[in-house]
Amino acid sequence: MAYIANTDADQKAMLAEIGLASIDDLFSQIPEQDRFSGQLDIPASLDQIALQKYIARLAGLNADSEKFPTFLGAGVYDHYVPPTVGAVLGRSEFYTSYTPYQPEISQGVLQSIYEFQTLIGELFAMDVANASMYDGATGLAEAAIMAADLTGRKRVLVFETVSPAYQAVLRTYLRHSAIEIVVVPNRDGAGDLGALEELLGDGDAAVLVQHPNFFGNLEAVRDIVRLAHAAGALVIESPDPISLALLDPPGAYGVDIVAAEGQSLGCPMGFGGPLLGLFACKSEFMRRLPGRVVGETKDIEGKRAFVMTLRTREQDIRREKATSNICTNVALYALASAVYLATMGKTGLREVAELSTRKAHYAADRISKIPGFSLTYPNATFFKEFAIETPALVDEINKALWSEGIVGGYALGEKRMLVAVTEQRTSEEIDRFVDVMRRTDW
Amino acid sequence: MSKQLGEPLLFELSRPGRKAVELPVSDVPDAPLADLLAAADFRDDLPLPELAEPDVIRHYTHLSQRNYSIDSGFYPLGSCTMKYNPKINEEAARLPGFARLHPATPPRLAQGAMRVLYDMQHILAEIGGMDACSLQPAAGAHGELLGLMLIKAYHEDHGNGAIKDTILTPDAAHGTNPASAARCGYRTAAVKSHSRGRVDIDHLRSLLNERVAGIMLTNPNTLGLFEDNIDQIAELVHGVGGLLYCDGANMNALVGRARPGDMGFDVMHFNLHKTFSTPHGGGGPGSGPVAVKKALIPYLPSGLVAKTADGAYTFEKPGPLSIGSVAAGFGSFMVILRAYVYILTYGREKISRIAENAVLNANYLRMRLGKDLDVAYNELCMHECIFTAKRQQKAYGVKAYDIAKRLMDYGYHPPTIYFPLIVHEALMIEPTETESRETLDAFVEAMQAILTEARETPELLSAAPVTTPVRRLDEATAARHPCLRWSCDVSDGANDA
Repeated sequence: MAYIANTDADQKAMLAEIGLASIDDLFSQIPEQDRFSGQLDIPASLDQIALQKYIARLAGLNADSEKFPTFLGAGVYDHYVPPTVGAVLGRSEFYTSYTPYQPEISQGVLQSIYEFQTLIGELFAMDVANASMYDGATGLAEAAIMAADLTGRKRVLVFETVSPAYQAVLRTYLRHSAIEIVVVPNRDGAGDLGALEELLGDGDAAVLVQHPNFFGNLEAVRDIVRLAHAAGALVIESPDPISLALLDPPGAYGVDIVAAEGQSLGCPMGFGGPLLGLFACKSEFMRRLPGRVVGETKDIEGKRAFVMTLRTREQDIRREKATSNICTNVALYALASAVYLATMGKTGLREVAELSTRKAHYAADRISKIPGFSLTYPNATFFKEFAIETPALVDEINKALWSEGIVGGYALGEKRMLVAVTEQRTSEEIDRFVDVMRRTDW
Repeated sequence: MSKQLGEPLLFELSRPGRKAVELPVSDVPDAPLADLLAAADFRDDLPLPELAEPDVIRHYTHLSQRNYSIDSGFYPLGSCTMKYNPKINEEAARLPGFARLHPATPPRLAQGAMRVLYDMQHILAEIGGMDACSLQPAAGAHGELLGLMLIKAYHEDHGNGAIKDTILTPDAAHGTNPASAARCGYRTAAVKSHSRGRVDIDHLRSLLNERVAGIMLTNPNTLGLFEDNIDQIAELVHGVGGLLYCDGANMNALVGRARPGDMGFDVMHFNLHKTFSTPHGGGGPGSGPVAVKKALIPYLPSGLVAKTADGAYTFEKPGPLSIGSVAAGFGSFMVILRAYVYILTYGREKISRIAENAVLNANYLRMRLGKDLDVAYNELCMHECIFTAKRQQKAYGVKAYDIAKRLMDYGYHPPTIYFPLIVHEALMIEPTETESRETLDAFVEAMQAILTEARETPELLSAAPVTTPVRRLDEATAARHPCLRWSCDVSDGANDA
């Protein structure tokens, strides 16, 4: 076997050393009736050449964004991934290492996480960031539980304009933590502040807001923070990290916890997983952070070094009293995002955000002029994604787009579509997208 | 590994005006951003570092040289299954047909990816001896949480939600077990291990009552021993209406040789990043699929893939009893894909060789190393073996910690130490099936040399490591005065006295 070095001769010699006659004897501590002796009903073994061909054939059945321009978003985006990311992530010193529990021989991963925490802290203007969560959705749920613990309150308010997929995860998680969720309605594409003000009370642990929200629109975040804090509730925000190259960062207007999806920062769309949970908070809450955190220290010779710290929050030490049950996170994707941010830098990330904004607005402007099409929220300010009303079923429009080799938008309803435009879409692709929509026979 | 001066931080390498990317100029009509983003408050400064591409690559190359990895050497971390990560898996994951596939792509345009998910649901259920599988959890602990939610949903659906409020976990369990139970709203109680390192049946009996919702067991357990009373445990727990959860962290000992579903477990998770060779990535991503028996299928989360009569793959609509969803997507697809490629390499004919050689290698190490270092429970082990340095600690003041640190000077990653908590001065060694006999022999020789040093020159151990990029760290100060980012002006003020 390619991945098993032991030959028959090795096995024989090793069994002799152990004092056993056969491989079967190795399993003698499993009671007879609990052993499996048949053949599993799984596929047959493939040689490497056949396997490569088979996998390439499966890959070829998928409409990926390298072959076909896509206008899908809704939380996962086709942003450009510079070649530095693949070059660094392809280094097996990073990808074949374990969690850095032994700091003396794990400084590479530890320093990369420390730098990641700093980069995320800078991007969000938040005091501290952890080493990552599974994804933006579970991060939001963990943040809500954290807020409930910090405030001793058992209810959270979540805007209807937060991604429905995130809301679903939130409901599933919070049900088991006995935290009540109240939804603040959508008004013209953004959270209804009047409703928020009415709903907010002294039993509310937090207000959860996505900004730009699920529909791509900006929320009145400063007003939301003001209202929430006046009621003693914390504010948990889920921003699009790319948007923060332009927009005021959450730390600048008093957000308490940030739990965001970081896939846009150099991670593959990968059919939706793994994703990258970014998590940051104010320094006063750092000892209640979920997950791993890396800190700076010195070795016995006084050299700067990095180590996982504040470990008494974690499950392997605190067990049922841990701040979260999370163990494995997504360190490699955190590294991807750090390489991405280092590569893009101050000017590059701004260019990505500006290009996405300009192209999305160009697309929206053109679509809204087509008879029968209109913007769902014409008065809202959107970033790189917007909702449109369509004269025909979204499914029908997407099929027409696909016949032109374009993967259309995300169906928000039968005749409502969410369109995402990143810096990767050219004006020619956007024009083709618009031209299909301009067909008059819908 | 590079033992030169430390690598500067990205921020220290930054110089104003540098960039590492050439992006297109806008090809759409110009408009002032302030008009396009009318309601926006703009930020003044974006404090990101500025580097040229060679700076970025050298920086990360230097960092990589300060890191141990499987590709550079033996990594016998017990409970972590640090096996070799095949390169064909990585090639598969680089294919744009997968890497650049958007999750909301209509299923009819993603049939290749859908097939991977569908096949893996079936394959994992079959390997576990279960009836169905959800691929949604992102890691083992996430799988535990989902598994417990399924148990809870089952009890609630059967009218026992209010009574059944307790989850049992052995005292040797992974910390995630009680932490996941707590996160699911359960109280926990610890079951003692008996002198043979298995669940103490008498103690278990004393804990069993109608409040018990279930028990979480790792099998083989964290001592590397098979819970040989599993049939009796299953009978007892089922007897009070509880369910059995299998923490699949140690599935590498069983693949193709025994199935949790056949020994009475109702629900289990897999760690694809352990058993099925996907890279650990310095701490993730992982993937923690959950497989269940028939009785729990109605509660499974969203994202299950079904096959229609005409052979197409579609997403199933979750039923009315579904717990909902524990992640935004339908799983760590890119990890699942790698595991799929790995499983297809072995196939039904050869898959049991994984467990066979894993158990062989562990027992070989037990016999050879056991001559110099005490084995905590000296009998046939499964995929890993727990040694104890209690004797060395008493005689020479040398701790498991010191032995671990000295191993680094010999070029090895240390084993897991001080776990399970019930073994004093524990060294938990899991060689995995991908290590050769020569590697194991060389490791034993290194350990023998270190144990000789422990006797004759123990100061070498307490000073170790000396050859690594940095030496022992001041971890206490790191926790007392946390500096979690570069600016270093951050403190919670709690411990500044």
